[in-house]
Amino acid sequence: MPKRTDLHKIMLLGAGPVVIGQGCEFDYSGVQACKALKREGYEIVLLNSNPATIMTDPEFADRTYLEPMTPEYVHEIIRRERPDALLPTLGGQTALNLAMEAWRSGVLKRYQVELIGADADAISRAEDRRLFKATMDGIGIGSARSDSAHSLEEAWVVARGIGTWPLIIRPGFTLGGSGGGIAHSEEEFAQIVRRGLEASLNHEVLVEESLLGWKEYEMEVMCDKKGSAVIVCSIENVDPMGVHTGDSITVAPTMTLTDKEYQAMREDTLRVMRAIGIQTGGSNVQWAVNPADGRRLIIEMNPRVSRSSALASKATGFPIAKIAALLAVGYTLDELRNDITETTPACFEPVLDYTVVKMPRFTFEKFPAANSTLGTQMKAVGEVMAIGRSFNQAFQKAIRSLETGHWGFGLEPKQLAFDQLDDAKLEAELERPNADRVFMIHGALAHGWSLEKIHALTGIDLFYLRKLKELVDFEGQIDGTAKGLRRAKELGYSDRQLAYALKMEEGALRALRKKEGVVPAYGTVDTCAGEFAAITPYYYSTYMDYDEPVRPADGKRKIMILGGGPNRIGQGIEFDCCCVHAVFALKAAGFETIMVNSNPETVSTDYDTADRLYFEPLTLEDVLGVYEREQCDGIIVQLGGQTPLNLATELEQAGAVILGTPPADIDAADDRGIFKGIAAKTGIRQPLSGMAETVEDACAIAERIGYPVLVRPSFVLGGRAMAIVSQEGAMRSYMSEAAKVSPGHPVLVDKFLEDAQELDVDCVSDGKDTVVGAIMEHVEQAGIHSGDSACSIPPRDLPEEVLSEIRASAVRLAEALHVVGLMNIQFAVRHGVLYVIEVNPRASRTVPFASKATGRPLAKYAALCMTGARLKDIGFDHMPHIPYSAFKEAVFPFVKFPGVDITLSPEMKSTGEVMGIDVSAAAAYLKSQDAAGNRIPRSGGVFLSIRDSAKDPALPYLKKLATMGFTFYATAGTGRMLYAHGILCNAVFRLAEGRPNLKDLIVERKIGWIVNIPDPGDDGAKMRSLAIEFGLPVTTTCAALQMAAEGLENSSIDGGRMDICSLQEYHRMAMGKEHASQ
Amino acid sequence: MANAYLALADGTVFEGISRGAPCDLPGEAVFNTGMTGYQEIASDPSYFGQIVTLTASEIGSYGCNPEDMESLGVHLSGMVVQQLNPPSSWRSRQSLDELFRQAGKPLLSDVDTRRLVLHIRETGTQRAWLHADGTELPVAQAVAKAKAWAGLDGVDCVSHVTAAAPYSWSQEGDCRIVVVDCGVKWNILRQLAAEGCQVMVVPAGTTAADVLAMKPDGVLISNGPGDPEGVPAVIACVKGLLGRVPLMGICLGHQILGLACGAATGRLPFGHHGCNHPVKNLLDGTVDITSQNHNFAIQQDSLPDCLEVTHLNLNDNTIEGVRHRSLPAFSVQYHPEAAPGPTDAHHLFGQFLRLVRGK
Repeated sequence: MPKRTDLHKIMLLGAGPVVIGQGCEFDYSGVQACKALKREGYEIVLLNSNPATIMTDPEFADRTYLEPMTPEYVHEIIRRERPDALLPTLGGQTALNLAMEAWRSGVLKRYQVELIGADADAISRAEDRRLFKATMDGIGIGSARSDSAHSLEEAWVVARGIGTWPLIIRPGFTLGGSGGGIAHSEEEFAQIVRRGLEASLNHEVLVEESLLGWKEYEMEVMCDKKGSAVIVCSIENVDPMGVHTGDSITVAPTMTLTDKEYQAMREDTLRVMRAIGIQTGGSNVQWAVNPADGRRLIIEMNPRVSRSSALASKATGFPIAKIAALLAVGYTLDELRNDITETTPACFEPVLDYTVVKMPRFTFEKFPAANSTLGTQMKAVGEVMAIGRSFNQAFQKAIRSLETGHWGFGLEPKQLAFDQLDDAKLEAELERPNADRVFMIHGALAHGWSLEKIHALTGIDLFYLRKLKELVDFEGQIDGTAKGLRRAKELGYSDRQLAYALKMEEGALRALRKKEGVVPAYGTVDTCAGEFAAITPYYYSTYMDYDEPVRPADGKRKIMILGGGPNRIGQGIEFDCCCVHAVFALKAAGFETIMVNSNPETVSTDYDTADRLYFEPLTLEDVLGVYEREQCDGIIVQLGGQTPLNLATELEQAGAVILGTPPADIDAADDRGIFKGIAAKTGIRQPLSGMAETVEDACAIAERIGYPVLVRPSFVLGGRAMAIVSQEGAMRSYMSEAAKVSPGHPVLVDKFLEDAQELDVDCVSDGKDTVVGAIMEHVEQAGIHSGDSACSIPPRDLPEEVLSEIRASAVRLAEALHVVGLMNIQFAVRHGVLYVIEVNPRASRTVPFASKATGRPLAKYAALCMTGARLKDIGFDHMPHIPYSAFKEAVFPFVKFPGVDITLSPEMKSTGEVMGIDVSAAAAYLKSQDAAGNRIPRSGGVFLSIRDSAKDPALPYLKKLATMGFTFYATAGTGRMLYAHGILCNAVFRLAEGRPNLKDLIVERKIGWIVNIPDPGDDGAKMRSLAIEFGLPVTTTCAALQMAAEGLENSSIDGGRMDICSLQEYHRMAMGKEHASQ
Repeated sequence: MANAYLALADGTVFEGISRGAPCDLPGEAVFNTGMTGYQEIASDPSYFGQIVTLTASEIGSYGCNPEDMESLGVHLSGMVVQQLNPPSSWRSRQSLDELFRQAGKPLLSDVDTRRLVLHIRETGTQRAWLHADGTELPVAQAVAKAKAWAGLDGVDCVSHVTAAAPYSWSQEGDCRIVVVDCGVKWNILRQLAAEGCQVMVVPAGTTAADVLAMKPDGVLISNGPGDPEGVPAVIACVKGLLGRVPLMGICLGHQILGLACGAATGRLPFGHHGCNHPVKNLLDGTVDITSQNHNFAIQQDSLPDCLEVTHLNLNDNTIEGVRHRSLPAFSVQYHPEAAPGPTDAHHLFGQFLRLVRGK
């Protein structure tokens, strides 16, 4: 049955910003879907607010809307585009929820838009807890005893009905189990239920019998409209029930199920899918199995492509999203080919002759106050996947892929601390699921604990514990013989671990290993365990006899691109986007591209992206292995964030050719001392600064240059441990903390420029010419990490002298640092004087945003420059001017970490970003706020608290708001100012001063917006916490207030409707202006 | 330490560690890509004479149990695996290596099975010698032994695995099915019993007259090992039964039905052994994911007019099912009883019984 010809235009929903529980896996699925459907000749309309996605590159859809992902904008786009169908199953929970709202509101019916992939009834059956349970009961599939509740009182009734502790609480319709938890007591129960009701879109929580300690499984299933169905992948969790799947270490294929159990689970998975009514596409079903008797209960079913689908695709080579998209338009599984073999159909079940291990990446170091116990609410910000021929090999590769400072499992200095824990502490930590639990297991094994004891504490299956014990037992047997090294490699040990065990240098160990002929062999991910020949070159390293032959490059130059590893705060999808752009550009320019990365969520690890994909940890050893095997002509390290940069020098020393800016210059830019010299020589002004090795140094420097100062350790990404310090006491306590962050590296102390305008500038250089790609102005005041602050292109009202000084500085810096490729400069402008804050000759987080806003893909240009092209030949010879505005806004994970201090600071805390774009700057700003979920209300109550120095500048905008009918609630000072100008307002107390105060207003829902422009140093932490908890937007600068007020005024012209326009149209506008000005 | 390895007739050698019973024996080297089901494979009589390599990387981890046996013992010549693990499952009663030692069969672990699989894929099924008896044997001698071994073509393997005498599997039921045991997997018998049939099992040499004398409502020709042309007695039996009683054939039974109707059978390059083969039902267009284990197949161009192809393998378009155009007889090349593998095709037993019960 071929594809449907009654559909012409299909609208796709992306997943919006990266948040915990919804990472870049949906960019991967969206890209696949867009490519597949476009190739079939459909016209694609795409909505996604996240500019750092590949899917929003203008060539992937016919009309790309970077608009907020809210029902209003979906309505507007449908009204404007009149698509025939809406495909909501590839953009995660965000897309599914949005589609359901559009369906419920009648928009889809009104414009006759068909939901394809999954219909509304099926989505409801899967997502509505009660309906789901009833449906499962109807087909005789058991689920945990549970019931849903819409209030705390109802929840108590359910809890009493179940009658046992602990109880699991899951909110309905949320991302990654947000707001859920495990309650062991009445107190915890009430707290979690309240939070869950708040987080749930339909104000519903499920209270459920605990299955703690049961084994957890997941099956990825695909079906077509004729009823054929296949299981693409089965996944077994190492961490038993009680830990969110996203936070669990997981393994594919299943390890401890007999064929009978596996097939019964498979059969039930298919029955579930049919009962829910999924007609086509990918879904996943999660199961819990009692390890004592095999009793199996269903946990949940996702009627869409999910995070595990991305993992399953990478683990098996089966492109779930692509196939799901094609099935949605009418194809059947037997009509589609398996990409990897090209000779067999997609209608089959992949088989693995290797083991895959996924590990979650946490960033608790960013949120020290957050509870690090893992539970049903997902806390991981990223993940890695590793492939090996044995579980142990994959397991150790996964650990070193995480980049948490561990070299593997044992035989590393970082393990010592865990091995030295006393028994009581170990016991406590083994019982409590946490990010370091595997290292605790190592400790317990090193203490000689029995597997049974560890099993009783952790619930982890003996199969895995035995594997880990095998590793611990092996530690004493390591030797430097060929046989010993080979065995160690088969078990997954890194050169670093072996060197540590044998007391050698890593390089010497590597030389010895090579001399003994112990070199990696590479296996292919071929979907069929070798039964058919694989066309697609997708590899993993192992140490077996068989080595896949290296394919000839047909005379093309081979360029290796290093990806960014696991997503974490400060290094995420933005860098993957740059890497993918480099691949696209170099492929098009006739190079053979080789991608190395360990992150299964990304587009870069789609085997369809680069010419060859190596799914490997990003360590010197693993990268060199690939480099030497492929005989690459060069490596690009400047696009994947800090991870590849950290390897650059060592790679170069090992003889690899680093393309683009030399590593020595990248380091020079990071080294304050050297850079100071460069800045002085090139005549570029920097804030006064110094470098401190000790507490006393730091205090002396601060005294000399004057408080407040900005302090931070050198060589860290995402502003880790950065702070503004305004007096000596704070400096002393900071310094005692900072020493831990980056041993051996000094702390940088900079004069903090108060009230400065901060700018981010991304530019590209070919080694001769340097062109500024975009100048971005931060909305927040200086002192907030650039990754966390909103920014705009173009900047508002910068005098031409400053602009030309920026361009001139960029050229001089690029020259001085021998930049070939990308360079990011942070400037501050204070009283018309330009300062350089920081220079990073590499891809920055803002490159995708700048590229998307201007329509000039900077990372593509940079990649071409690194391989010798000239900017003038590429056609990029001046900074693009755009006749519209684009705002980037950051998105934060605070909701997932209740109780942590949510104040923004120089330490980056956001997980993702959105973009707002409009011909009016103010409207673009409003859109960026809408998109980030800080929806500024169009009417109602506003809380005002404005510092003295900002009162006058704020006044005109407050007047505007008053005219629009907003009701003001103000603190004393602000209130007096308003009265003085004839604006009415209600007086409220500050939080600490009395009642009614802000909290009362929020609780009574009298206000929907907080405008708090504080003095620097007044962090307003409590106020912000409250705002986040209740989902209120907070405006903290005068500039933002201005934008918001003007935006609201604009939109009121149009009866509150926001104007929308596609990226392709904006880019045409920009091109038109370029032509006009030439 | 004494060496242990698998030597192929073409001289390729795969070293490993002997984990089962000490043995030194020939066999046909094949591979199975299923990710679960090693116990069912080990006890499937169809693997008689074969040395089966499992492609899944971790084996043994759920142990073995009496309920999952597909026959009384282990019939294959040997098994080759990569990682062999002790069991961790509430169902396990013994480990895989214990099962092999008990059965007196060799089990070779720590082999680079991917290298072995790709080799077989490129060169086809090979005669092989599994050396794992605890002695030192020069490789050249093993290769020579592999070459010298006659192989399984034309050999009657069925007589080694069929029942010695007729027996009853289940007495209760509204219809009586006689199963001609060419090496039957117990799950076929379990399925029939579960469908409410009396199940009688007869040895492969039983004549059509003797079968008919049991007054069956239907006859099932079972799966079994080796070359269908090696069992002329069963072919003759089927010829005698055709048109007299509804017939269903599975795997070897399917090939035998084909031969009985005048089709020819031949070897596939390296056979089908796995749990993920897509089979399309040409009558209704649906696809089942099936469990497969065969080296021989009915040849497409040999099909007589009386047979209609009902199922095709989507991987290589080989025939997976036929039915008689005028008589109540059909057969499938794959395993509707699963064990191991997907249960998608269980419905074929229902189809057979509808034929039997005349509904």
